[in-house]
Amino acid sequence: MRRFILIAVPYLWLVALFLVPFLIVLKISLSDIALSIPPYTPQLDWTAGWAGFKDFLGQLDFENFTFLTQDPLYWRAYVSSLQIALISTVLTLLVGYPIAYAMAQAPDEWRPTLLLLVILPFWTSFLIRVYSWIGILSNEGFLNQFLLWTGVISTPLTILNTNTAVYVDIVYTYLPFMILPIYSALEKMDGSLLEAAEDLGCSRLSAFWLVTIPLSKAGIVAGCFLVFIPALGEFVIPSLLGGSDTLMIGKVLWEEFFSNRDWPVASAVAVILLLILVVPIVLFQRNEQKQREMDQ
Amino acid sequence: MAQTVFAPWDDPQAKPLIQFKNVTKRFGDFTAIENLTQDIYEREFFSLLGPSGCGKTTLMRMLAGFENVTEGQILIAGQDMAHVPPNKRAVNMMFQSYALFPHLSVWENIAFGLKREGKPKDEIAARVEEMLRLTRLVKFAKRKPHQISGGQRQRVALARSLAKAPKLLLLDEPLGALDKKLRQDTQFELMDIQEKTGTTFVIVTHDQEEAMTVSSRVAVMDEGRIIQVATPAQIYEAPNSVYVADFIGDVNIINGVATKAEDGYLITWAEGQAPFMAKTPNLFADGQTCHLAIRPEKVAISAERPADAVNAVEGQIIDIAYLGNISTYHVKLVNGQMIKAQAANTRRLSRRTFTWEDRVWLSWTDTAAVVLER
Repeated sequence: MRRFILIAVPYLWLVALFLVPFLIVLKISLSDIALSIPPYTPQLDWTAGWAGFKDFLGQLDFENFTFLTQDPLYWRAYVSSLQIALISTVLTLLVGYPIAYAMAQAPDEWRPTLLLLVILPFWTSFLIRVYSWIGILSNEGFLNQFLLWTGVISTPLTILNTNTAVYVDIVYTYLPFMILPIYSALEKMDGSLLEAAEDLGCSRLSAFWLVTIPLSKAGIVAGCFLVFIPALGEFVIPSLLGGSDTLMIGKVLWEEFFSNRDWPVASAVAVILLLILVVPIVLFQRNEQKQREMDQ
Repeated sequence: MAQTVFAPWDDPQAKPLIQFKNVTKRFGDFTAIENLTQDIYEREFFSLLGPSGCGKTTLMRMLAGFENVTEGQILIAGQDMAHVPPNKRAVNMMFQSYALFPHLSVWENIAFGLKREGKPKDEIAARVEEMLRLTRLVKFAKRKPHQISGGQRQRVALARSLAKAPKLLLLDEPLGALDKKLRQDTQFELMDIQEKTGTTFVIVTHDQEEAMTVSSRVAVMDEGRIIQVATPAQIYEAPNSVYVADFIGDVNIINGVATKAEDGYLITWAEGQAPFMAKTPNLFADGQTCHLAIRPEKVAISAERPADAVNAVEGQIIDIAYLGNISTYHVKLVNGQMIKAQAANTRRLSRRTFTWEDRVWLSWTDTAAVVLER
């Protein structure tokens, strides 16, 4: 019985805070827009009994999903989001791996400090950090002032309100999620493996490719998913730092919901986004499970 | 049938495979190896034996190329190894932790070094098969290291380090992680493989029994120096110092003063007691302090004074350690000195001749003990 309760708690949590909201969103996505409160129809009328429920089901349809396929804005937003998330993930990996590697090579007494430094940005509000990037990247910002002062450029670079600014900030924000799993994979690696590889004829570089990279693969995969999944639905960064041509599905969703007040279409966009995310989430789970089996 | 004894170190014509020439290694201000000179010959099974921190592992890592020499020279097959990186040496190492690649199968682990040489595929496959057969691992070729037992992992590590047919194989505490029974079996397996492949083995161990079993020669080390290098039998029977005598096996040490007699020395060890008589090739001045080292199994124990004994002394049994096949008696002499004497348990335990508190006579011949200067 105690075990049952123990297992039931997380499942109840998932049902109450994930499954129920999802069903509500799914229901709204199948409804029609209406000038009412809430702004969609049909509403389930509990007093009408069985006939009322049948009538309610009959009014639900896939009109909104069909609409999404007809307007090129939506699929372009999905593709563009995937592209931005993918490129940012690769960039984060390229920046994060050397940092994680250096941390794992650092002397033991330094490691807790380095870990703390990686997590330190979380102590400041996310919004404040995004706004400070505006201060850095804008035409009169610190970066341009510095580059003008050093004489590298003669006219300010336009970075803010472009995709570049979005990439910079996604890499900055999600870097810890990349560093930590890679670091933990590298940290538990036995140093004598590299010596063994060298002993068997590897150069330092080939030992890195043949031993270090494969052994940190699980960390790399975990880090990539931890960056890719939230980056795909990212809304704040593209809306504050991106330009008018930065098309991301999070922004589209926000506009449908708050500007157009078209809840059913917004819900349909959200349902499709969720379905897209299910694939990487399942892959991520399988990677974790495989790693656990390896560790035994 | 006369068999030629393998002893290249006694042959002035033999060319050593490895030469340490006045090698010193320092880490900061700590001296790990101090001015060490030693030759190791081809096909030898050479043991480096010593307590932890005596520099034996450092010596091995210098051979593998993981540590640089601070002063002096290491030559392998006549070539100075100073600036040769580990991956360019015809030397392979079997690591204490085995260091098997966890992401590769047993087969791929063994093939790892061969693939780096860029050999043709069928040649690699043939060599890996040969190694798998040699180490009796054919059945496990497809498994990952975490799917096999400790003893099997040890054999994979050995197969991997032998696959490239190195001139020299280094083994760092190769059997440390195995339990006693498996360790003994594996020792003979190692000797067998060493003989079959004709590779020179240098093994680091702190287990004296292991060193005695497998080696052609043993080097006993302490604080960065080699104290004695000799065959296992010589090390045991003729240690050159109290340290070596004490490190290898069990020993009784009696301190005394030497006086020359007709064909040996009389050693005065306690006032009012007859001196012990010992024959030794070592030379002592009259009145020089010396140490008499006697192995417990060379001390006989009896109820009466043996009539023909050269050295005999009375004492009282304080303790008896029963080891099954033999018993060790701890006997206290008049001056308080404890002497261990071993006797085979040829009778059943209930009919044992001596028991606690018994007064007994210990005796040994004039050649049983070794007389040492230090």
